[in-house]
Amino acid sequence: MKFERYGIGIAKGLRVTIRHLFRHPVTVQYPEQRLNISRRTRGNELIWDKVKCTGCATCAKSCPQGAIQIVTSTSMEENKYEVEQIEVDTGYCISCGLCVEACPFEALYMGYAYERAKYRRGEVVQANEQLLPSPQRQRSGYMYPKIADELPRQTLLIERITEEK
Amino acid sequence: MRDTRYARIMVLKTEPFILNIGPVHPSTHGVFRMRTTLDGEVVVDVEPVFGYLHRGIEKLAEERTYTGVIPLTDRLDYVASMSNNLAYCLAVEKLAGISVPERAEYLRVILAELQRIASHLIAVGAFLNDCGAFFTPFLYMFREREKIVDLFEMVSGQRLLYNYMRIGGFNQDVPDEFLPALDKLLAQMPRFIEEYERLLKENEILLARAKGVGILPKEVAINISASGPVLRASGVKWDIRKKDPYSIYDRFDFDIPTGEVGDCYDRYRVRVEEMRQSLRIINQARRQLPAGEVKSEVPHLVRPPAGEAYAHIEAPKGELGFHLVSDNSIAPYRCHIRAPSLLNLTALRDMAIGWKVADLIIIFGSIDIVMGEIDR
Repeated sequence: MKFERYGIGIAKGLRVTIRHLFRHPVTVQYPEQRLNISRRTRGNELIWDKVKCTGCATCAKSCPQGAIQIVTSTSMEENKYEVEQIEVDTGYCISCGLCVEACPFEALYMGYAYERAKYRRGEVVQANEQLLPSPQRQRSGYMYPKIADELPRQTLLIERITEEK
Repeated sequence: MRDTRYARIMVLKTEPFILNIGPVHPSTHGVFRMRTTLDGEVVVDVEPVFGYLHRGIEKLAEERTYTGVIPLTDRLDYVASMSNNLAYCLAVEKLAGISVPERAEYLRVILAELQRIASHLIAVGAFLNDCGAFFTPFLYMFREREKIVDLFEMVSGQRLLYNYMRIGGFNQDVPDEFLPALDKLLAQMPRFIEEYERLLKENEILLARAKGVGILPKEVAINISASGPVLRASGVKWDIRKKDPYSIYDRFDFDIPTGEVGDCYDRYRVRVEEMRQSLRIINQARRQLPAGEVKSEVPHLVRPPAGEAYAHIEAPKGELGFHLVSDNSIAPYRCHIRAPSLLNLTALRDMAIGWKVADLIIIFGSIDIVMGEIDR
């Protein structure tokens, strides 16, 4: 194919590129600047409510990966089984959120935090007290609209761009 | 003088040699190997070798509950998870005879079409990247895609593997801030598609590289059962959204863009045009979106009656079908996936023979494959 058009197309394209040069960058300097993540974030940990949990093990049954293990007492007290051991292997967890969806007693939440890499393989297995909520382990609003309303609003790229203009 | 020398070189046959491109090579879009037989620089034969990403998803699906398979379908075409979820949920709903509320149907169409735009943005960006427009268009496209992914993150909680659709609707309704953000996106998007077309549509280098390269004739495209933009670029007006409307696609007004000759440039143009048509569909669905429930009454463990069902959708890459066989238990007896990337890939040999190695890369890039779907 010959260059019949003397590079008009290239010039047109370059005009777009030059216009982009004067735009505000859309990226942020990550560890220093952080954007708010979605209120429904399915972070890579599970948060467990010990009081509400009845030990019914619906979460363990609904988990497609079999990452949740629950050992309960054999007898019921006040419509509850005593949870002796609850263990989540976050190494197997695919953060699909099906356990949170399945829990009939609202005792399981997805975590809101990210950056949960571990140095040792044993540390990814979380059990009992490690699953309880704490200031570092905030609950996410996935399947819980009430919690979602309290979390900060997600920063959207589409809004950031229009604000700058 | 010069001409005769050139002619002598042309008749000089070299011994064909085999060159492996991949499995880990940036231009193979994943772990894919092309075992090419070359005569000099001309491609004599291409043998695709895949299976490096095989995870046995079809077999794994037999061990899980019907709901538990949905996270697996995310991992098929991992740049278009929403479409995979939709196809699978349609198959189960057909099998079990579950109806979907009106609002959920509309939201499904909106999300599936947004997903098509996001997937085509990657396809076009990666194709231009292969053509040699190194990463500039790719990053522009990713900027647009980011806006769509933001919306998906808002509704589902994750950016790539959404796992949002459920059998009978959705697991939860979209948040209140979704629709205003969608309106903003719909207002901005046409301008950006325009802009990116201006960037490279008439670029002489792109025209020289892509026009007339890798022609897939209409007959061959039909014979290998290609689908999606690859088929439409060859001039076949075939779109499952029109020919066999699933969900509520028969209520919307849109065109099927087709190419003329079926070269790489046509495939690129068809994708860009499809993005515009998708925006048209989203605009209509957004206007008609009713209020109400997003999930019908479905038991926690779906147990469809014994039988089989096949549901197919027009996924971004072509016809994505799920064939499910049930034996009236809580897990599928068999789950077969008709993956568009795999069948479109069979066109590679027909298109690439006779072209140079550099053309092979852009022919391959223009098919738009995702390895997660080919190997499953």
